[in-house]
Amino acid sequence: MRTLIEHFQVLRFTLRQLLLTPNASLLNITIIGIALSLPVGGYVLLKSVQTLGAQIAGTPQISVFLSAGTGTGDIERIGERLKQHTVVKRIEFVPRATALKKLQQSTGLSDIIGGLSQNPLPDAFIVYPADGNVATLEKLRDELKTWQRVEHVQLDSAWVHKLEALLDFGRMAVAILAALLSFALVAITFNTIRLQILTRREEIEVAKLIGATDAFIRRPFLYFGLTQGLLGGAAAWLLISASLLLLNHTLTELAQLYASDFSLQGLSVADSLSLLGFSAYLGWLGAWFSVSQHLWQIEPR
Amino acid sequence: MIKFNQVYKRYPGGHEALKNLSFDIAEGEMVYLTGHSGAGKSTLLKLVAAIERPSSGGVLVKGQNIRSIKPAAIPALRRNIGLIFQDHKLLFDRSAFDNVMLPLQICGFDHREAAKRVRAALDKVGLLDREKANPIALSGGEQQRLCIARAIVNRPTILLADEPTGNLDTEYSTEIMNIFKSFHQVGVTLLISTHDEGILRQFPARALHLKKGELQAHSTGSGQA
Repeated sequence: MRTLIEHFQVLRFTLRQLLLTPNASLLNITIIGIALSLPVGGYVLLKSVQTLGAQIAGTPQISVFLSAGTGTGDIERIGERLKQHTVVKRIEFVPRATALKKLQQSTGLSDIIGGLSQNPLPDAFIVYPADGNVATLEKLRDELKTWQRVEHVQLDSAWVHKLEALLDFGRMAVAILAALLSFALVAITFNTIRLQILTRREEIEVAKLIGATDAFIRRPFLYFGLTQGLLGGAAAWLLISASLLLLNHTLTELAQLYASDFSLQGLSVADSLSLLGFSAYLGWLGAWFSVSQHLWQIEPR
Repeated sequence: MIKFNQVYKRYPGGHEALKNLSFDIAEGEMVYLTGHSGAGKSTLLKLVAAIERPSSGGVLVKGQNIRSIKPAAIPALRRNIGLIFQDHKLLFDRSAFDNVMLPLQICGFDHREAAKRVRAALDKVGLLDREKANPIALSGGEQQRLCIARAIVNRPTILLADEPTGNLDTEYSTEIMNIFKSFHQVGVTLLISTHDEGILRQFPARALHLKKGELQAHSTGSGQA
């Protein structure tokens, strides 16, 4: 009970210290907030892109091109077989004539295509699989390749790989940014506490002379680091939330033009708590480093 | 209570501040420490409070050997010793009341109980009406009394005073010595360094006389104070 009261008193003292120099405190908290908001912002962006990627990758297709001169009977049989396949959701048949017409319309190469003596395109099926998993798709592709009268199977999964690689790159960049700026947070706290120790040198000396334990002297500084880190984390949270609000406002218009409802997702409760906990911990760590570095230098003489 | 046995204190550079000191101070005794500036009075007091350690020899304070005391044990020792400094070492960023409160905060006292004790200590040194004042606004004599209040608020068994009447005129000195006398009467062990002859005559007690770090003959005062 007594210890609890002591800790409460230290906490009150810490808050008073923060309020004693409101400008310096506000500046420090803002700097910590900005430093933290950069990697956290990157994290939010990545998460949103990842969700978008998953949405698009959720409807992949496999194009199955048949050999030239495949008869109607064979085509029907292959169609039936595809429909009954467990991994296939639905199929679409594209006759070679339709494919040629589409090509003429979409590419504007009608002159060249019109000059062809015969249609070079094969009949094709577009297969929509039930499952978007890359491994399943590749297995299906390999299986279809072995079928008779199937000339070529194309699975456009390369872009999924590219997106994954790009996201990995982004994750690494955010991780490096987070590591560097966490270090900055520790350094900022280290310096703040160092200045505090210097200005309260006399008090520390007197406290030691009248029997204060090291833990007692250390405690207010650790609390200060912890509180400053926590408030910095809260500042980062506010910065991120405000930025997302502004960005989503303009993003909605942009997404509507693309007939998409894409928006940046805010921080979840778990993410927010991790951010606050982590920033408080880093503040405490910076204070601890500073205290163990500087406090022993102050011995009464 | 305090026992020195062949104590030497050498500082880096070879200066020998104390040479072969041996003496005993019994519990509840009041002892003066006299000698010129630089004779080693402050060094001796620092050894008792474990601010410095002896180079050789044994310093026993309440049964603890200062030469080998662990740093973690020093706070507990100092809570039993009230220190009164010539330069007061008061904190000017807080009121007189909060200055005296500090030792109790360190010990983790309940706030209400602590406030009672602080007022009792301030009353004892006659500063109860100045509790809200900043120490910087107090006179030299008042600052010294505030320093005494801070030293006694924790009810220590030993009081060490380094030139407590150093810069004060006779009237203030007498006032402060009367306060010390009252502590002596309730059984506190006192070690007071001074070069004020007037005080020695007015409040006679045993005196340890230091000269260039060495103890001169024990001069037993004419009776108890």
